[in-house]
Amino acid sequence: MTDNGALLEVRNLVKHFHVGGGLFGGAPGVVRAVDGVSFAIRRGETLGLVGESGCGKTTTGRCILQLERPTSGEIVFDGQNLTKLDDAGLRRVRRRMQVIFQDPYSSLNPRMTIGQILAEPLVVHGLVPDRAAREARVGELLRHVGLLPQHAHRYPHELSGGQRQRVGIARALAMEPALIVCDEPVSALDVSIQAQIVNLLEDLQRQFGLTYLFVAHDLSVVRHISDRVAVMYLGKIVEIAGRQALYEDPLHPYTRALLSAVPIPDPDVEARRVHVVLGGEVPSPLNPPAGCVFHPRCPIAVDRCRSEVPVLREVKPGHWAACLLA
Amino acid sequence: MATLLEVRSLTTEFVTRGGVVRAVDGVSWDVAEGETVALVGESGCGKSVSALSVMRLVAAPAGRIVSGQVFFKGRDLLALSEEEMRRVRGREIAMVFQEPMTSLNPVLTIGRQLTEGLEIHLGMTRGGARQRAVEVLATVGIPDAARRLSQYPHQFSGGMRQRIMIAAALACNPALILADEPTTALDVTIQAQILELMRDLSRRFGVAMLIITHNLGVVARYADRVNVMYAGRIVERGSARDLYRRPRHPYTLGLLRSVPRLDEPRRARLQPIEGQPPDLTRLGPGCAFAPRCTFRVERCRVERPVLAPADGEGHVTACWEAARVAGAPALA
Ligand SMILES: Nc1ncnc2c1ncn2[C@@H]1O[C@H](COP(=O)(O)OP(=O)(O)O)[C@@H](O)[C@H]1O
Ligand SMILES: Nc1ncnc2c1ncn2[C@@H]1O[C@H](COP(=O)(O)OP(=O)(O)O)[C@@H](O)[C@H]1O
Ligand code: SF4
Ligand SMILES: [Mg+2]
Ligand SMILES: [Mg+2]
Repeated sequence: MTDNGALLEVRNLVKHFHVGGGLFGGAPGVVRAVDGVSFAIRRGETLGLVGESGCGKTTTGRCILQLERPTSGEIVFDGQNLTKLDDAGLRRVRRRMQVIFQDPYSSLNPRMTIGQILAEPLVVHGLVPDRAAREARVGELLRHVGLLPQHAHRYPHELSGGQRQRVGIARALAMEPALIVCDEPVSALDVSIQAQIVNLLEDLQRQFGLTYLFVAHDLSVVRHISDRVAVMYLGKIVEIAGRQALYEDPLHPYTRALLSAVPIPDPDVEARRVHVVLGGEVPSPLNPPAGCVFHPRCPIAVDRCRSEVPVLREVKPGHWAACLLA
Repeated sequence: MATLLEVRSLTTEFVTRGGVVRAVDGVSWDVAEGETVALVGESGCGKSVSALSVMRLVAAPAGRIVSGQVFFKGRDLLALSEEEMRRVRGREIAMVFQEPMTSLNPVLTIGRQLTEGLEIHLGMTRGGARQRAVEVLATVGIPDAARRLSQYPHQFSGGMRQRIMIAAALACNPALILADEPTTALDVTIQAQILELMRDLSRRFGVAMLIITHNLGVVARYADRVNVMYAGRIVERGSARDLYRRPRHPYTLGLLRSVPRLDEPRRARLQPIEGQPPDLTRLGPGCAFAPRCTFRVERCRVERPVLAPADGEGHVTACWEAARVAGAPALA
């Protein structure tokens, strides 16, 4: 899956958490949060990452951002292997990878004004040392995200959820990043506001040539914003393809089940649809099933799914799936 | 079908530091026996307070039901004594919340939480209540129910906890369940399981449901009738079909236009409703949606629109420009 136009390449990423065994921790074990994930994102591209909660999406993003040390595997950003960089090198690269969270409120200091919140990283990273220039830059950032200059004097609690998310985006933009990991950026917002933020992210991408890893569980929003989409299940990518191929011709039974679960906002369409309700729940990553990790819930599983581990293979050009029957 | 619940001109207010919030502002709606009715709208528009008002669980002293009536099986719940109301709650009307963890007691076993209500409300013996608890847990799809009675809430997943809440709601055979965002915290797959379960139960036992949600897809899949709320008022109501086929309020139209749909070709750009919901302590005399409305005319700023018939049985909308909205395409 190597691609010379790639801004980011994730190779065989593994992140295991050792849990329990301590004084209060219960039985010791290993959480296989991310278990051998590989993908690349081209410059200016949006890769969507979907899957049920607990399947390892956030951990994948945190490993890319170097907020979490991978157990093994490599992360190559703009030609540099992050796993091999020293601290000074890492600091320089890290600035160019930013993150937007689901709930910006918890990451905005309640005692700082929006202006101070946006100016702080400019000072810390020495991007705009001059005070007057910094104020101008804050005003410009607010404008980029659709806020007004007077918002600089407000506190986070005085803003609505949608406005706070705009501040979160402005703070990421302040660092002039190449890549932004968007971790459920619209999940907590009302539908009418979600569309505003999605449009904003698309505009900024065009304007600044940004590359996005867009993590979300809303498959309709992911289809809208992504060029390609990866589907994760229990720490593994089970399918990855271009947007159209993935949504119109899903090859993995998990992808098909996810799509079937999304209700369509139209009663006539819903009345005609056949719903394949996926039974059971995601098993514990402490003790993932043998063979294909999806087999206990898979509606089409056969005997060998219980013992044989399917590899992610290119079933059609550019369309990869990890299913023995695909 | 006979009317089971009828809310008439209900107004509920909160006294806050910023002023008086009229969370529910003279709202009327009803639910027929066995029917599933949805209440949709963005956060803060008064959905939860509507349900809590029916249960008379609005947090005093800040919150207060100011006026209105809530007829349930012909009796006005707002006129009952607290003692009489306790007999209605849980037994005749049950509630299911978004986050089951906050409504389940973390230090009591699941069994105890289920049997307590049965012993109090129905005067069952411990043994009888236990048997009924096992029965309802099995009904909501919890395997090995008898053994799991001795477990605590944290030993269950989010989806399983929501099943337990539904079991608790069902235990006393209520006529009505008020479900406040029952699947908002869950994954789509688990959401589908829970909603299928609720629909199945409603058909099997004839329970009426009020589903509160902001998810238009959930409404389309599960509701018979829909009330759309905005800033404490109902702005449109109708059969799910009429509302989605022929929206007559700009807010409803805007909501439908703003969501991307998996069954349609991808659009080049989403169409949001610009701006944001109003501050409820600073509502003007006109239409609360006016600042965000693309159909707005001068009259909208000064005069509050009232619900008036639109085309379709029981279809009503509160918009001065409903006729123009009728001519607007589904996608602008
Ligand atoms: N610091 C941690 N310690 C132990 N387990 C963790 C830690 N962070 C995440 N996990 C576990 O790793 C798995 C993947 O989590 P996460 O990446 O947050 O999933 P997602 O974002 O897809 O919901 C989950 O089972 C989660 O409980
Ligand atoms: N306990 C409370 N104190 C003050 N205001 C409240 C309280 N509960 C709700 N409100 C206000 O009432 C309005 C409606 O709230 P609610 O019914 O919870 O909205 P939602 O439609 O999201 O369920 C909101 O503006 C909210 O701020
Ligand atoms: S009454 Fe006026 S402002 Fe209100 S929704 Fe109708 S057109 Fe828009
Ligand atoms: Mg996550
Ligand atoms: Mg609510």
